[in-house]
Amino acid sequence: MLGVARRRLGSGTVLGQLMQTLRPAAAPRTYSAAAKEITVREALNSALDEEMSADPSVFLMGEEVGEYQGAYKISKGLLDKYGPDRVLDTPITEAGFTGIGVGAAYHGLRPIVEFMTFNFSMQAIDHIINSAAKSNYMSAGQISVPIVFRGPNGAAAGVGAQHSQCYAAWYAHVPGLKVLTPYSAEDARGLLKAAIRDPDPVVFLENELLYGESFPVSAEALDSSFCLPIGKAKIERQGKDVTITAFSKMVGYALQAADILAKEGISAEVINLRSIRPLDRAAINASVRKTNRLVTVEEGFPQHGVGAEICMAVVEDSFEYLDAPVERIAGADVPMPYAANLERMAVPQVEDIVRAAKRACYRAVPMAATA
Amino acid sequence: MAAAALRRCLTRRQSIPRVSPLLPLTRLISDSTDPITIETSLPFKPHLIDPPSRSTTTTAAELASFFRTMLLMRRFEIAADSLYKSKLIRGFCHLYDGQEAVAVGMESSLTRRDAIITAYRDHCLYLARGGDPVSAFAELMGRKAGCARGKGGSMHFYKRDANFFGGHGIVGAQVPLGCGVAFAQRYRKEGTVTFDLYGDGAANQGQLFEALNMAALWKLPVVLVCENNHYGMGTAEWKASKSPAYYKRGDYVPGLKVDGMDVLAVKQACKFAKDHVLANGPIILEMDTYRYHGHSMSDPGSTYRTRDEIAGIRQERDPIERVRKLLLAHDFATAQELKDLEKEIRKEVDAAIAKAKESPMPDPSELFTNVYVNDCGLESFGVDRKVVRTVLP
Repeated sequence: MLGVARRRLGSGTVLGQLMQTLRPAAAPRTYSAAAKEITVREALNSALDEEMSADPSVFLMGEEVGEYQGAYKISKGLLDKYGPDRVLDTPITEAGFTGIGVGAAYHGLRPIVEFMTFNFSMQAIDHIINSAAKSNYMSAGQISVPIVFRGPNGAAAGVGAQHSQCYAAWYAHVPGLKVLTPYSAEDARGLLKAAIRDPDPVVFLENELLYGESFPVSAEALDSSFCLPIGKAKIERQGKDVTITAFSKMVGYALQAADILAKEGISAEVINLRSIRPLDRAAINASVRKTNRLVTVEEGFPQHGVGAEICMAVVEDSFEYLDAPVERIAGADVPMPYAANLERMAVPQVEDIVRAAKRACYRAVPMAATA
Repeated sequence: MAAAALRRCLTRRQSIPRVSPLLPLTRLISDSTDPITIETSLPFKPHLIDPPSRSTTTTAAELASFFRTMLLMRRFEIAADSLYKSKLIRGFCHLYDGQEAVAVGMESSLTRRDAIITAYRDHCLYLARGGDPVSAFAELMGRKAGCARGKGGSMHFYKRDANFFGGHGIVGAQVPLGCGVAFAQRYRKEGTVTFDLYGDGAANQGQLFEALNMAALWKLPVVLVCENNHYGMGTAEWKASKSPAYYKRGDYVPGLKVDGMDVLAVKQACKFAKDHVLANGPIILEMDTYRYHGHSMSDPGSTYRTRDEIAGIRQERDPIERVRKLLLAHDFATAQELKDLEKEIRKEVDAAIAKAKESPMPDPSELFTNVYVNDCGLESFGVDRKVVRTVLP
């Protein structure tokens, strides 16, 4: 209980998110007859519900996923619908319950293990990497691990250093894992359903601040058979002057930056990576070969980050196409501070992305006198 | 008395080939299936439970098959020692000789639908689950014919079709994994159990207690088996554990301490444990056993224990010798027959090694197989991706 209280206090925006869920679920906006809007939370909840309904071997386990309806209400209603044998509230023992989940996957069940945040996954990381990721390889295909590890990743708001880290680079480092990072509601639905159906261990990195955001979704995306391919990025916005790659929450920031850049005559192409491992190198390279300039954006620590890998992927395959050095926007290279002004400096803002894009386009304000 | 002796004589001379649950047996050694009762060497020590009886039931055929299988395991491990010293086996090699009774007694109480999971001292568990010695030697030598096609090595033997889930290198990790296998068994209402093996060194791992708590809460059909060989690598149990009474460490979970060098005691305890967990949730079995080799092939095993201790156990408690004495005492075999059997096993092991040596190393393309189940066009890279870059098969 104390552990739960500790973490609840840490998620200062839960209340804000909760307010948004109080309105009736799936209330359509009226500005467009075709466009229905759902929140990322609703998208994830419906994906879990549909996949549990379709396959009796799928079950959910984690802290507060059942009676509490989910720490962030992602698993709301699932306990009532599927019962305590399929929606398991675990004690606060990540190493133990992650190992149990992986063992259940060894024997052919399809567990979804929820980490209240991925910061707590570090307690279980041996099972994610050594017990899950590597087993199919070590056993030459005898032991497969059809498991999904999901939960919020990266910074929330004001939760401090121990509750704000982004683990995309950590997990994407490991062969044998697949690492997905949804942004929109459509991403959340399609990628989670794909992850649950996938026979390999998938790390599914959500974002707490996106849970309450609404996105338009097509009828196709709402269909229970909807799935997105793993390993394919999405061009969120076409452009011709500079490519901006981003994932999760940063996609929204990149799109805002693209709007600002457009007003200044720079047409930015925004790629929503959706999948960090496998990385859609083909899409990134194709885009850079078109625009000749690249800005990578991520929320996590810069050293050995996702942007470093993307930069190298482009240097290896499309060096001659680059007209400018690759620019990297990432979180500050410090543990996340608490004070609001310092926190703001520690996480990328829209203006940071705009500035980097301009530098890549040689339109930056000169730092030193030029000829 | 005479009639019984005559009957025994007649049954002993049968030479009908008989397939035991463990290995085929074509000997003049008795294959009688008449039940006999043998007392375990020591009583079971219970924790929060009424222990099973010390009277075990067995048959000549079963004892003979125990003898044969333990002998095979013993010869296998000694052969592995040689192969390691000849540099045909690389890396880590953790040998099980001395502990055979645990693997054999446990297997005899289970079906192949029950599951077993262990740590890295796994060669003999693989053999007990029906693994063939050729594939085991080949895996140790990193060959194509290995049980993991050379991709796993000594610590990663698996036999999925016999519900043997490996073979794990991280101390203690297998304990929650085994509880997870049991979770799946209960989820699917299979009526099967998982035997989850760990050592005295792993017994202090936090994740063990985390998993045990959940196993007890959710009544998982898992038997935690502590193979207490008294040394966690080079550290004696009393130096690592404030309480080395591992059968009691479950606190609210019942336990039993078993003479792990007595195959009949092991069988009795495992049968008892299987029935218990199907009805009640987890139990801990502590097998008091011993390894003759050091922790691994890099450890002579004599810097932290005396040669007298090792020799003493061999003399007084060797599991194979105990069964030999039973077979002789009950007139199920002559000393010569048992010696001949040993020779036969040696030949079998040598033949398996020869066959394994014929197997080639894996094809270079195997570097990239089985990274994922669903590879579908994913890229992977060799050391120099300008030279080696592939689409996963």
